[in-house]
Amino acid sequence: MKRNKTTGYRRKEIAWSLLFVTPPVLGFLIFGLAPLLTSLGLSFTSWDMLTPATFVGTENFKKMLQDEKFYKSIYNTFYLLIGIPIGMVISLLLAIMMNRPLKGISVFRTIYYIPVISPIIAVSLLWQWMLNYDYGLINEFIWTIFGVQGPNWLGDPNWVKPSFVMMGLWSGIGGTMVLYLAGLQGISSVYYEAAQVDGANRWHQFRHIVLPLLTPIHFFVIVMGVIGTFQSFSQMYIMATDGGPEYSGATIVFYIFQEAFKYFSMGYASAVAWVLGVIIFIITLIQFRFSRRWVYQD
Amino acid sequence: MARERTIMNVLNYALLIAGSFVMLGPLAWTVSTSLKLQQHVFDIPPKWIPDPLTWANYIDVWTKAPLLHGFMNSGIIVVTVLSVGLFVSAMAAYAFSKFEFPFKNAIFMSLLGTMMIPYSVVMIPQYIGFSELGWVDTLLPLIVPGLFGNIVTIFFFRQFMQGSIPSDLIDAAKIDGAGYFRTFVTVALPIAKPAIAAQAALGFMGIWNDFLGPLIYLHTPEKQTIQVLIASMQSNYISTSNYPSMMAASLIALLPVLIVFFFAQRYFIESMAISGIKG
Repeated sequence: MKRNKTTGYRRKEIAWSLLFVTPPVLGFLIFGLAPLLTSLGLSFTSWDMLTPATFVGTENFKKMLQDEKFYKSIYNTFYLLIGIPIGMVISLLLAIMMNRPLKGISVFRTIYYIPVISPIIAVSLLWQWMLNYDYGLINEFIWTIFGVQGPNWLGDPNWVKPSFVMMGLWSGIGGTMVLYLAGLQGISSVYYEAAQVDGANRWHQFRHIVLPLLTPIHFFVIVMGVIGTFQSFSQMYIMATDGGPEYSGATIVFYIFQEAFKYFSMGYASAVAWVLGVIIFIITLIQFRFSRRWVYQD
Repeated sequence: MARERTIMNVLNYALLIAGSFVMLGPLAWTVSTSLKLQQHVFDIPPKWIPDPLTWANYIDVWTKAPLLHGFMNSGIIVVTVLSVGLFVSAMAAYAFSKFEFPFKNAIFMSLLGTMMIPYSVVMIPQYIGFSELGWVDTLLPLIVPGLFGNIVTIFFFRQFMQGSIPSDLIDAAKIDGAGYFRTFVTVALPIAKPAIAAQAALGFMGIWNDFLGPLIYLHTPEKQTIQVLIASMQSNYISTSNYPSMMAASLIALLPVLIVFFFAQRYFIESMAISGIKG
């Protein structure tokens, strides 16, 4: 009798638990899995949303391989990855500087964090103005200090991507810095004390204690940075009209957006989106595989 | 030794202050530009303090573009998605963290898998689906998916609940005759408050600043979010290179986020740090 009652209660508990996880599962099926599979199906069709879709086999993928814009957008997206290591170095240096018992550190932390929370559209507009060839603050600054005319940042195909990297650093290092700061604060003082007893200098401590113990954060920053870079779109939409000069400012997502919502090539855009998805998946997988070799686990 | 430390501290401050100028300079320049008359924007050398100082640009963009609508639309999305989405996410996290049920790990892992799917892959089928429902140019495509909870939030809540809700407390509520749902509301939710606040702060920022989704779905100016309106400022409402008005518009879009940030700063930075370490 008593056993029956407990199983009855247990059964109720299971039912409620399942009910509680139902919404996200439904969300996953409706807005994740179903579109994912539909997108794969669409990538083998040609469809403009007006006339019925037609099956074209691997035509979209062949078209992609012949489209110069596709290659350019891939190249541009990979180029932007160089912002990740630069940002890591600057953020780590900032975090080390802030990880000292000094007054007013929290004020600095806030200041460096403001660009992180700022809407990317507002940030893009203000950088567009900052990077103005004739009157922008940056070229004014270059003129005042070095006495030379600065580059035509957003108008010269060679300078568009460095502009994005620079803006990305400005708006991103605060976030990475906070991660490193939390990591540094998590390092037990026992390590430093032991190192001091052994006569290790500052550099040795940094090289053999701080850097290895921060590897989980390096890993997180790299993985998230790669995923984020591969999805960047908004700043290109604002700062590089139609992809910028010679399509030098277009990323893959920008290319997909144009194909889908400007030309309404839904099939082709789905095919490109799938290629992007596969690229992200493979790179992330490789990163996780290699992580065992260099990421410290305790 | 002490002297060396003082020198290091001074150097530290100097570098951090220099960096602060780099971080705040562009924002200060935006404020300065937004308060200038158009004919003084291209003055050489540039002036940081506008002379004369004018608020006309703010009035200009506010009257030309339906920014109030933009605020309201963004606000509607934020409030509905956060109030329902956070509650639903907390429910799921509660079940995942405190109970055993069939296929628990499989379900959790497949949900985590969604994090790997880039938005651009699901964006096109979602658009097609929503346009068949006649939801294009409404806020629904931006609200409804958010009502089913968010896996990042569920993950965060789960970590938090595992550590901070004692199972004894749930058992005690059970013995007192409280049902599953009531225990969740009266025991789990109050304890999870700090985690909920942290995710609300992050969620607000993410939804308020979102651009690609609203750009695809919203076409009528009165139905657009603030970000989409600001982005179309140059092409629709003001003349190109009218930088004072553009900067005024940018600051109007930035202000709510700044206000929320200053009040909820702790939550922003803590949750960012936590998700980084545990993620």
